[in-house]
Amino acid sequence: MDFKGNNMRLWLEDGHFFEGQSVGAPFDKITDMGEVVFNTSMTGYQEIISDPSYCDQIVVMTYPLIGQYGVNKDDFESMVPALKGLIVHEICETPSNWRSEYSLSDLLKEYGIPALQGIDTRELTKYLRTKGSMKAALAPDNVSKEEVMAYLKQPMRKDQISRVSTKHSIHFPGEGKRVVLMDFGYKKNILRNLLKRNCDVVVVPWDSDVQSIMKFKPSGVLLSNGPGDPKDVPTVLPVIRKLQELTPLMAICMGHQLFALANGADTEKLKFGHRGANHPVLDLKSDRTFMTSQNHSYAVRKDSIAATPLELTQINLNDESVEGLAHKEFPAFSVQYHPEAYPGPEDTQWLFDAFMQSMK
Amino acid sequence: MPRHQHLKKVLVIGSGPIVIGQAAEFDYSGTQAVHSLKEEGVEVILVNSNPATIMTDEETADKVFIEPLTTSFISRILHQEKPDGVLATLGGQTALNLALSLKESGVLDRLGIELLGCNMETIQKAEDRKLFKELMQEIGEPVPESIITKTVEDAVEFSKKIGFPLIVRPAYTLGGTGGGIVKDEEELRVITYKGLQASPINQCLVERSIAGFKEIEYEVIRDAKDNCIIICNMENFDPVGVHTGDSIVFAPSQTLSDRDYQLLRSSALKIIRALNIQGGCNVQYALDARSNQYYVIEVNPRVSRSSALASKATGYPIAKIAAKIAIGMSLDEIMNPVTKKTYACFEPALDYVVCKFPRWPFDKFVTADRRLGTQMKATGEVMGIARTLEESILKSIRSLEIGLSHIELERAEKMALPELLDLMQKPDDERMFIVAAAIRKGASLDEIAQLTNIDMLFLQKIHNIIAMEHKLAMVSSPEKELIHKAKKLGFSDKKLAQIYKLKESEIRALRKQWKLSPVFKMVDTCAAEFESTTPYFYSTWDQSSDTLSETGKQKVIVLGSGPIRIGQGIEFDYATVHAIKAIREMGLEAIVINNNPETVSTDFNISDRLYFEPLTTEDVLNVIEQEKPIGVIVQFGGQTAINLAESLHANGVKILGTDLDGIDRSENRKRFEELLRELKIAQPLGYSVFSFAEAREKIQELGFPVVVRPSYVIGGRAMEIVYDEKELEHYFNTAVKVSPEHPVLVDRYMIGREMEIDAICDGKNVFIPGIMEHIEKAGVHSGDSFAVYPPQNVDIATQKKLINFTTQIAQSLKVVGLVNVQFVIHKGEVYVIEVNPRSSRTVPFLSKVTKVPMARVATKAILGKSIIEQGYVHGHKEESDEIAVKAPVFSFAKLTEVDTALGPEMKSTGEVMGRDLVFEKALHKAFIAAGINVPQAGTVLITVADKDKEESIPLIKRLSALGFSFIATKGTCELMKEHGVNVSMIAKIDEAEKDIIWLIRTQGCDLVINTLSRGKNVESDGFKMRRAAAEKGICCMTSLDTVEALIKTLERQSFDLSPL
Repeated sequence: MDFKGNNMRLWLEDGHFFEGQSVGAPFDKITDMGEVVFNTSMTGYQEIISDPSYCDQIVVMTYPLIGQYGVNKDDFESMVPALKGLIVHEICETPSNWRSEYSLSDLLKEYGIPALQGIDTRELTKYLRTKGSMKAALAPDNVSKEEVMAYLKQPMRKDQISRVSTKHSIHFPGEGKRVVLMDFGYKKNILRNLLKRNCDVVVVPWDSDVQSIMKFKPSGVLLSNGPGDPKDVPTVLPVIRKLQELTPLMAICMGHQLFALANGADTEKLKFGHRGANHPVLDLKSDRTFMTSQNHSYAVRKDSIAATPLELTQINLNDESVEGLAHKEFPAFSVQYHPEAYPGPEDTQWLFDAFMQSMK
Repeated sequence: MPRHQHLKKVLVIGSGPIVIGQAAEFDYSGTQAVHSLKEEGVEVILVNSNPATIMTDEETADKVFIEPLTTSFISRILHQEKPDGVLATLGGQTALNLALSLKESGVLDRLGIELLGCNMETIQKAEDRKLFKELMQEIGEPVPESIITKTVEDAVEFSKKIGFPLIVRPAYTLGGTGGGIVKDEEELRVITYKGLQASPINQCLVERSIAGFKEIEYEVIRDAKDNCIIICNMENFDPVGVHTGDSIVFAPSQTLSDRDYQLLRSSALKIIRALNIQGGCNVQYALDARSNQYYVIEVNPRVSRSSALASKATGYPIAKIAAKIAIGMSLDEIMNPVTKKTYACFEPALDYVVCKFPRWPFDKFVTADRRLGTQMKATGEVMGIARTLEESILKSIRSLEIGLSHIELERAEKMALPELLDLMQKPDDERMFIVAAAIRKGASLDEIAQLTNIDMLFLQKIHNIIAMEHKLAMVSSPEKELIHKAKKLGFSDKKLAQIYKLKESEIRALRKQWKLSPVFKMVDTCAAEFESTTPYFYSTWDQSSDTLSETGKQKVIVLGSGPIRIGQGIEFDYATVHAIKAIREMGLEAIVINNNPETVSTDFNISDRLYFEPLTTEDVLNVIEQEKPIGVIVQFGGQTAINLAESLHANGVKILGTDLDGIDRSENRKRFEELLRELKIAQPLGYSVFSFAEAREKIQELGFPVVVRPSYVIGGRAMEIVYDEKELEHYFNTAVKVSPEHPVLVDRYMIGREMEIDAICDGKNVFIPGIMEHIEKAGVHSGDSFAVYPPQNVDIATQKKLINFTTQIAQSLKVVGLVNVQFVIHKGEVYVIEVNPRSSRTVPFLSKVTKVPMARVATKAILGKSIIEQGYVHGHKEESDEIAVKAPVFSFAKLTEVDTALGPEMKSTGEVMGRDLVFEKALHKAFIAAGINVPQAGTVLITVADKDKEESIPLIKRLSALGFSFIATKGTCELMKEHGVNVSMIAKIDEAEKDIIWLIRTQGCDLVINTLSRGKNVESDGFKMRRAAAEKGICCMTSLDTVEALIKTLERQSFDLSPL
């Protein structure tokens, strides 16, 4: 690791800053703001960077050595990374892995993503843990605090889903059941999991109406993960309410939150969210705990479920937050975490099998 | 699931003496398990033969049995105690094998005792090569092609189908004893033969070698509900081919993508489920560096050395959790003891890098084969924690205490590149240094990677360190920015000082001036996601420290003893733990600095704060500056800690306990002589000499034999007993480098009974808990001799003299704390051989047998509570009725080319204790516990040196009376015949086809008695014979005193068979 000097800063909206060196796309003025969040996964940076759910976020990796196995052609979870920045302790410029094609900083440069290394990421993580996630931006150290603070006073955008979702339907042919994947910013591995199960998948834009979805005669609909606040897309809720009556439904992450909202439950913002590959989730029915991969800032309020037709199926073992819901009347269920993995453990891939079962 | 209520009483089996492949990690896991069970209200009975363990402390379990770990002794304990269950998954392979044989013997079923943590089927499926392979095939997990064989011929036939290289692994052996990689038929034949011999069921696995693959390990835990989690994965610096215990290991994995990581993670979960393990398990993988092909190498269905490492690397206490699972609890109901806010059912996230570096005994065993393979050779290990991989490597190298403060070995640096490139292809203990030297000499990383299969990432990191050396050397004096960058890569002040030709203290002063200091971060299992109060810290070069929770109490720092090595083993960790406990009992805060991941002292629950750091002046001072203790205790961490006293003192640190002057007076030869002269206490006459000629002259006065040793040690052949001028000359020519600064010490060798005392002094009163008598005469290192408490052959008057001398010495040295004094009684006179103002190897043994927690009493004395205040007396404690014998335990079978003959250099790795009310019974237990195959009858092979012939005759006659028959070589044979002993003759080595070696290899004898002869050829013949015995597991005794002890135990057991 070569420290080129501390001349770049990560500014937090409360005026606190951390200094490091630019290792991603070069920048000479304030970068686009993002919500700064931390992820505790020790592997999987390529998947994380390319996960559309990180749209408009600046991601801090808590593991200190990032980029050691490089970047390869297979591990992307979307075509274009949507995050606003990456913060690491040390980036590896000389990766080693048989699949590696180029280095992480090459990737960041290619997609114009600014990044800093040399940051005490543990200290930053503790700060975020205490103060909560907040707006942030990167800037050279010659930019004044006032200038950055003025910029960070602006509100965050609320159009993340529309920016990362597909604009047109895309068909991935398969010989089995047809599944419509509603794209709020889906990860490729959700698609891979469906294709692996021989599904015929149609990915549709997030704002598709019921009719345009049902015209594909789906055996089931999967509501994908996606970035931002679920309350930013209220137009989706009636669509989901109707869909669950018509076809089996599975929902992941953002999809799960929308499914809950559609059925009358409420969501709230967590202080710093859940991001990592080690979150224990207890399945209430089987009394088994699974390791899950998570990435969310918002969660369904547990106390809002009682009055809905939803049933709590899974909880987070650590903070008892809502991890899984099922509709009492319809074959529809949702999980807050990422059963598709990539990155993270594959413990809950059985949920896709359960979805397949529900489509029989 | 709450714990099984019917389990009210559980027997925990320990792992016995420390041997290579099974060390202090099982004291750590066993102690944790006992605490964990007691926490749940279970009554715990513990059995272990190793007194130098915390687990065998009276206060640890409800009842502690220090007894031999054999089926018959444990059966008796089971009958007496009638526990509801037996927990054997925390005592290494020893305990697991015992569980298996207890189950097979039927005693468990007969008494209705459950085997906890795993069942027979699990053990068999994981340990039996054939069953394991079948299971893997059944669940679709890849294993390399292999055959299970009981004959060499089958192995050869298999090789004809598969080709070479192949790997041979004997079944059910510790640390893979007897196995190896073979490249041709001849090697295959030899290794298979040895492997079959080593295996208790005469079974070997011969398989396709996957040497060169990445070696990856996963630590897994599963509960009865089928919840499965990974605690940690690890990646070896050394590719497959080097035993994982001998590998440099990083945690977490460094070159695995998430897909690679999850591929193996999912496989590990599948395997632990298929084996139905409830508790901890370790799965080892070989992963192709060029594809995603992987193979399962091995599974340990128990807590292992790797799980101790994983526990320390992550902060997740595997053994503690595994014990709770064994009594029926599940992961989702056990609290995470680290965060105390989350549950044990999660996978730790690290925000640092851990480097484990093995510690090998080749400094002591210079003749040993240093090459590393499937047979583990390391005696211990260290761990370095940091935020960069480079720093983790350099911290671990500094922790090794092999005289290095950087990744730089003088020997390697002197070699030419071709030699280095050649050497690095044969892995040995110095390979990382060879690689570094080659990089310095300009070898390309690609070339090194090709030759060694070491991953480019690791080579690149070493290269980064070397590139920094160049940058530093480019400027003529230290520059702040550059020094800061070097520190982030882990450079020590010592290395920086060397580069700039400054003193270490000058670099430190510069850093202070520049305000460059390390920060301290917490190991919290969750990468700071949750708030945590773990008192577990490491230093690193980053921006901010984690805050310490201050209690306002005064703090005392205890220095640990570093890695386990020959001569400085678990005994010192034992004392360290007791010191910590005493400090806490006194209401002060105890802070420990140590770097050994295997031990109890580095369990963060033991102290108020644990710092995982190298034990060097720089690293220790950093902690002191952070913590500001009232002082530092150096007397429990062996020579490691004592050696730091002077430099710490020079830096203004208060050394608590015996002061520096006291330490110096005992260590400085001249001052020590003066002291004894003042006290009118005799010591063997001796001189410091500066040449062979001078030595010869002094010996005129001293007379042969003499003990010679260099004041400066090269290579480890430190001390020898020399019998004539020729040997003396040889010694001067080969073993030592004499210089005006480094004289050779020549002392009269006094043959006689050796005695040892550990005493506690509070500066005024001296309390002597007990006296130990050595069974072997002076000349055998005290660590290698049998010892007995209380003395059996020394009269009260002499004992009084020993007590008086000890008291006088302790008082004159102004000892505060522990002191160890060694004596020899020569012709009725008492001579003092050595005084160590610190905790010694015998402290745990003596503490156990006298029931005086010596290290604890000593610590309290150090902190100002007098011996009298603590309820002890000035003088000797009344002897107990119990007799205890300490027996040394060796790891010779694992270290080929090491002479098993005992001498002044220590060779044992561990010890056991035999206790009973009768000396011979205690002795007998000690023999059995030490694993010495005591023959009840049979044939004895005898070759004794001329000097011992006279002494040997009465012993031979007693053996004869016991019904033994004899085989001897010519000289001994003739002598025996002269004395009317029936004996057959055997040819010396190579004098006939059926020579001594043939006799031993064909197991034509049950006991070998061989005393050291002088003269080159005879010595090498004796060496071959002793090695042959070691490899065949035949008891070989090289001291007639040990033989006599053995005879005593046999006589005690034999019935008189005389007719009326």
